[in-house]
Amino acid sequence: MSRSPLAALFLREIRVARRIGGGGMMGVVFFLILVTITPFAIGPDLNLLSRIGPAILWIAALLSTLLGLDRLFQADHEDGSLDLMLACETPLELIVLVKCLAHWTVTGLPLVIAAPLFGLMLALEPDAFWAVAASLAVGTPALTLLGAIGAALTVTLRRGGLLTAILVLPLTIPLLIFGVSAAAAATSATTPFLTPFLILCALTLGALAAAPFAVAAALRHMSE
Amino acid sequence: MRKRSETQGTRTDLLKDTAPEPQNGSQILHQQGPFGPFQAVSESLSVGRGGRVLVESLSLTLENGRALVVAGPNGAGKSTLLRAFAGLLPPSRGVWRVASGATDAQEPGAFAHYLGHTDASKPALTARENLEFWRAMLGLPGPVALHTPDSALAALGAPQIVDLPVAYLSAGQRRRVGLARLLLAPRPLWILDEPLTALDTAGQAILNRMMREHLALGGVVIAATHAQLGVDALQLTLGARDAA
Repeated sequence: MSRSPLAALFLREIRVARRIGGGGMMGVVFFLILVTITPFAIGPDLNLLSRIGPAILWIAALLSTLLGLDRLFQADHEDGSLDLMLACETPLELIVLVKCLAHWTVTGLPLVIAAPLFGLMLALEPDAFWAVAASLAVGTPALTLLGAIGAALTVTLRRGGLLTAILVLPLTIPLLIFGVSAAAAATSATTPFLTPFLILCALTLGALAAAPFAVAAALRHMSE
Repeated sequence: MRKRSETQGTRTDLLKDTAPEPQNGSQILHQQGPFGPFQAVSESLSVGRGGRVLVESLSLTLENGRALVVAGPNGAGKSTLLRAFAGLLPPSRGVWRVASGATDAQEPGAFAHYLGHTDASKPALTARENLEFWRAMLGLPGPVALHTPDSALAALGAPQIVDLPVAYLSAGQRRRVGLARLLLAPRPLWILDEPLTALDTAGQAILNRMMREHLALGGVVIAATHAQLGVDALQLTLGARDAA
């Protein structure tokens, strides 16, 4: 009956995101909108679309990940939950990590699953499907973790969404570069897949190790 | 470990009409209750907000069964002082120390229930889901269940709201959900910021009884309030210096 604190936290985050007003599906819908309007803007040039397809998918994933991030800690700050989490025995770094994991499960994982389907609209070649999905699967957790730093720094601001984006987007540029080059490698004869993919993995592992501490430090500072 | 199981034994009787039973014939433990010897000490504590000192050189000692009421005009620093007591705000000078015989940790957060102006409930979740989460989050490791969310809300006189999303509840009902959190995990120090807000007369009576029983069990209550709490308490009035 009694759960571990972190399991209970994960369950709560998932529940809140899936209930009405939680905004769990907002990211995927926004992703769909971005990917759908791109062919209309660019025109029916299939070669061009399939060449820039991986980049479009990555930009759409980046923007839709940022979309819900500003509420990651703000909602808990407003209803007082954050105070209790700061004061409780469970280390704040672990709480942050679990919150990011839950947020990624609700917003990032659906993008990874949906990306190959949406790739059809961008005339992606079948070979590129798995490369896009793999690069997004590795890269989106890092997007969430980096975004959490911005979300923590703007936790006390009413409308911190844009500020979060301004703070976070420069940090995500390496992810974007290596993510897109890994995703595009499947259709290009010149670039290898593994090199940018492994650098992407390294960036994600680095974010996983560093971001929880940065987020926890920011939250402790902002709550004073 | 031994004290934990005793805690479970006595606190289940909370909010029933029976007095706490003597524990295993141990006289000392009976005096100090299930929490063991507990002491909260402030030594020349100064607390400020935004560069302004609100509380200066506060020295006091609270031991088992004592209550402290913090009063004062709006803006005198009651909430700020309570946040410092809860370990959420580092004091600008001085020491705030909490020591308990039952646990080794020195973090105030591990000993204290903090009830602020907000009730820390998610509107989209039901009262039971919210309380189950806080029980897992704040409770001791292991099956040390005193109250379940259902019995805690029943103790607060609102058993009918347990399955309702908190968004549908009135302000007083939300307050009761917030107060039910105090019964889910045994903690010696209760820090309550305006606990009577939005409560009706029956709710206030229940809260008074909860506090009296907590004090009788050897707990410590620190409350900021303008109203009468109905318990014997030390009185600390902030902002008197400015008025004089």
